[in-house]
Amino acid sequence: MDKRVVFDEERCKGCELCVTFCPKNIIYLADRLNRQGYRPATVTEQEKCISCAICARMCPDCAIEVYKH
Amino acid sequence: MRKIFERPKSLAEAAQHYCPGCTHGIVHRLVAEAVDELGLAGRTIGVSPVGCSVFAYNYFNLDFVQAAHGRAPAVATGLKRVLPDRVVFTYQGDGDLASIGAAEIVHAAARGEKITVVFVNNAIYGMTGGQMAPTTLVGQKTTTSPYGRQQEVAGYPIRVAEMLSTMEGAAYIARVAVISPQSVARARKAMLKAFTAQLEGKGFSLVEVLSTCPTNWGMTPVEALKWVETAMMPVFPLGVFRDWEVGEA
Amino acid sequence: MGEKMLMKGNEAIGEAAIKAGCRFFFGYPITPQNELPEYMSRRLPEVGGVFLQAESEVAAINMVYGASCAGGRVMTSSSSPGISLKQEGISYLAGSELPAVIVNIVRGGPGLGGIQPAQSDYFQATRGGGHGDYRTLVYAPSTIQEMVDLVMMAFDKADAYRNPVLVLGDGILGQMMEPVEFPDEPPPEPLAKPWATTGAEGRPPNIISSIILDPELLDKHNWHLMEKYEQIRKKETRWEIYDPYEAEIFLVAYGTMARVARAAIEAAHSRGIDCGLVRPITLWPFPERAFDELADRARAYLSVEMSTGQMVDDVKIAAAGRAPVYFYGRAGGVVPSPAEIVKKIELIFEEIKGGSKRA
Repeated sequence: MDKRVVFDEERCKGCELCVTFCPKNIIYLADRLNRQGYRPATVTEQEKCISCAICARMCPDCAIEVYKH
Repeated sequence: MRKIFERPKSLAEAAQHYCPGCTHGIVHRLVAEAVDELGLAGRTIGVSPVGCSVFAYNYFNLDFVQAAHGRAPAVATGLKRVLPDRVVFTYQGDGDLASIGAAEIVHAAARGEKITVVFVNNAIYGMTGGQMAPTTLVGQKTTTSPYGRQQEVAGYPIRVAEMLSTMEGAAYIARVAVISPQSVARARKAMLKAFTAQLEGKGFSLVEVLSTCPTNWGMTPVEALKWVETAMMPVFPLGVFRDWEVGEA
Repeated sequence: MGEKMLMKGNEAIGEAAIKAGCRFFFGYPITPQNELPEYMSRRLPEVGGVFLQAESEVAAINMVYGASCAGGRVMTSSSSPGISLKQEGISYLAGSELPAVIVNIVRGGPGLGGIQPAQSDYFQATRGGGHGDYRTLVYAPSTIQEMVDLVMMAFDKADAYRNPVLVLGDGILGQMMEPVEFPDEPPPEPLAKPWATTGAEGRPPNIISSIILDPELLDKHNWHLMEKYEQIRKKETRWEIYDPYEAEIFLVAYGTMARVARAAIEAAHSRGIDCGLVRPITLWPFPERAFDELADRARAYLSVEMSTGQMVDDVKIAAAGRAPVYFYGRAGGVVPSPAEIVKKIELIFEEIKGGSKRA
């Protein structure tokens, strides 16, 4: 399926604000490092995303785009 | 499939240098959203301070001027007096605005200067390494108040929004926070209203934003959001302190 | 030229600025220059301009900074202690390459000093004045007419070089009245300022800043500024040589002091000693070429100043050991009299003996 929430992993600083506020608790920090040395936020269960965009509104780095079907 | 959230056009692509979880990035986005929503990108000029947001000009697709420490309201005054039909805003931290620039902000408000001020209050000097700010809380430890701010020595934090709300030249003064989706939504509305005050020529407008400094507070970004709520908000209550549409709030 | 009228120096500066197209003035009260902001507060609204009394000199110069960023023709004025406060802003103007005209009606210092005329801000004016490697073009008029002419020129030079320009006067020049004429023709169209921050409609954003953290780039920026200053040195240096008696002793004086020096030259002549005058019109760049022109016959220079000796350093550099350099000065608002200067001239004459004292 098409992704509902897309992270620009290279911009992510792993601050976890999106993780904290996701009402569906589907965001987590990946087990890898981006080029800045941070563990980027990610979502695997895209189908559980309700496209509320709360993660994007709390992201200080504008690293998240949100889509709705 | 439709995109329901993307970067506002007035916010530049450039990656920001702020520390992880620092809420400057959210405030930047709210400013850009307000400028875009009101269709002001082509006629807005920003003024950046000295402090963590000194490079704000790199993060907006707008004309920008970098000002000397504390002088952004004076620089904005010069810009606005030459270009009264443009939109001019300053973006300043607590050291810049409430300490070294205390005179400039008070007089810009008193003159009813038709500029918008985005005041980011995180109760500490960030860029220089976590020194005591004019908004540091009593008891708060910083690198220059290692025993906690003692009122006998260093006095009390300045409540900028309340102080400036006594100025007849001020059209809109609000204090908001960016610590939750709800507070961000309210901050967004305050930002729009502050720019509207300027657009309608009502006078000076200022939005004080309670913000975080996880690095210098020695907290995780999530802990820092909670500290804003539990420690800062009792001293710096949120609210609208002046609103030209409803009279003095 | 237009009709001749009698004007006070400080007011003539204001009218000259308006004639030059200046429409923005930000200032703060300080004696002895108050007639200038007062004049601007009256005149600028009449021509659609803005006069604003700032909360401090610091705020005033930063308003100038903002107005200049917006592309406005802008000016401020103050007197010595106030100019010290403006120096931070002047450094930023120079670093960001912004035009502005700054008038200093110099008074005695240091500290609060006094309010009487002085020339003790020479070092501050000619060595940049604030922090960092920069220079400002500095005009030093000695008559009210010259004040008018140089103030008008100052705006064009500030725009052309994108650099602050200083005009130095003192309480005597500010308060005295002399006949002046203003040009009839309107000022030339000011230069386009595509760099100004006016809103980025239809073009990429303009950024005005003086912060450059990369040392290599900051070094490059400094050398770029120096190249510009070199151009100013080549093209904008001004001076006058007054030499009615084909003298061998030359006084060096500017502004008010140059007027006194002329009287001293006449007094010395009547006592049998012939002197000339080198009058720097730009203090920076200093007119070193004037001293090259006189190198073959000048046997001594006497720098006469309303200070304890500042310009004399530049005179020594310019004389380059080709003739001895003497100094006479009074400080704190005392203006050296022609008689005092003549006394000094006689001593010099004795020292360099063999001078051409007429029988």
